[in-house]
Amino acid sequence: MEIPTIVGAGLVVIGVGLGIGNIGKGAMDAIGRQPDAYGKIQTAMLIAAALIEGIGFAALFAA
Amino acid sequence: MPTKLFLKFTILLLAGTTFLSAKDTEKKGEGEKDLKSEIKEYIRHHLEDTHDFGLYSFTDDKKGKKVYRGLPLPVILWDEGLKVFSSTQLNHGKSVAQAGDNYYKLYHGKIYKTDEKGTISYDDHHHPTNAKPLDFSITKSVATIIFTALLMFLLFRGLARSYRENGLIAKGVGRFFEPIVLYIRDDIARPNIGEKHYKKYMSFLLTIFFFIWFLNLLGLTPLGINVTGNIAVTLCLALLTFLITTFTGKKDYWKHIFDPLGSSMKWYAKLPLYIILIPIEILGLIIKPFSLLIRLYANIQAGHIVLMSLIGLMFIFKSWIGSPLSFGLAFAISLIEILVALLQAYIFTMLSALYFGFASEEHEDH
Repeated sequence: MEIPTIVGAGLVVIGVGLGIGNIGKGAMDAIGRQPDAYGKIQTAMLIAAALIEGIGFAALFAA
Repeated sequence: MPTKLFLKFTILLLAGTTFLSAKDTEKKGEGEKDLKSEIKEYIRHHLEDTHDFGLYSFTDDKKGKKVYRGLPLPVILWDEGLKVFSSTQLNHGKSVAQAGDNYYKLYHGKIYKTDEKGTISYDDHHHPTNAKPLDFSITKSVATIIFTALLMFLLFRGLARSYRENGLIAKGVGRFFEPIVLYIRDDIARPNIGEKHYKKYMSFLLTIFFFIWFLNLLGLTPLGINVTGNIAVTLCLALLTFLITTFTGKKDYWKHIFDPLGSSMKWYAKLPLYIILIPIEILGLIIKPFSLLIRLYANIQAGHIVLMSLIGLMFIFKSWIGSPLSFGLAFAISLIEILVALLQAYIFTMLSALYFGFASEEHEDH
């Protein structure tokens, strides 16, 4: 592995981590506000997290 | 009860291999050559599909030879006629297999046609130039897929039968699976596909969920199976989702792709927009299953690499701190992987249901 590749992979991981962290935070806030909608929020959270993760993996494979 | 016997046999087999693989790791530590590259090689080897069901291997100190233990699997080739022989004949690339008048040799996991002595010629980039026969072998992954299919068939047929015999109450392992089946129906299929159409997709969703889940879990056993971490397998699974989405797509689904603006604009106003919009929509059709296949493949592959690397730490540190560290980390990651196994199966099913929902939607209020 060359250095640009490693740096790029690191950047991807930082981005994906921030993104999924934000989704988690959003979901927690939403559940705090509306505990009744727990199931729906969790589903939406997982879908969004999965989509970001997919992009992250695609970028890691390209790197 | 064939189901019970089958399950008992499976558990016995798994327990037995746990013991065997523990012995295997002890033996591996004795390797004296470049340890890091050996571990890398070992991990790379694990991730690939093989022509035999290898359980463990070690170097026999007396003979100084590498000994492989495992189950042989049939090799099926199409090379101007069907050729079938056992994978023991290939002997991990060490000997030349004879089938009829032809000779075959295993080289880096691929079967090449060779002469009697097993000569392999190379081009400038060190790639073999020998002819490759069409390979339809029952490889380790294929054997595992057949095993899983059989397991699922027995389990769920038993569940279905217990409803009939027991007055609509599940018994045995069915009690464990019934809530999961209901969860997929009530929390994945119904809200995403809609009350009207969900039934015709249920069989596919259930099959794909349990198939991925079981294969993910089998990948965590010490058998060294890596099926859902194989891009060909996930490609086929995603292709099924894509085909079902495409062929069950209703009028509104295609209208959404080729005429998203509908009658809200005149045709000459839509034309310049559609030159950009329609290719993007078509690209979206392909990207959806593509992200499915990459996600499952990459998650399982990454999990296996991390797990194997952590076990490899034990041999790199070679001190009292190595083993507990490696064991603790590998144990923690294993627990996470059990969760990931379920999560990936869930997400694959969930997103498939979502795509089916797009396909079968019929809306008046758009």
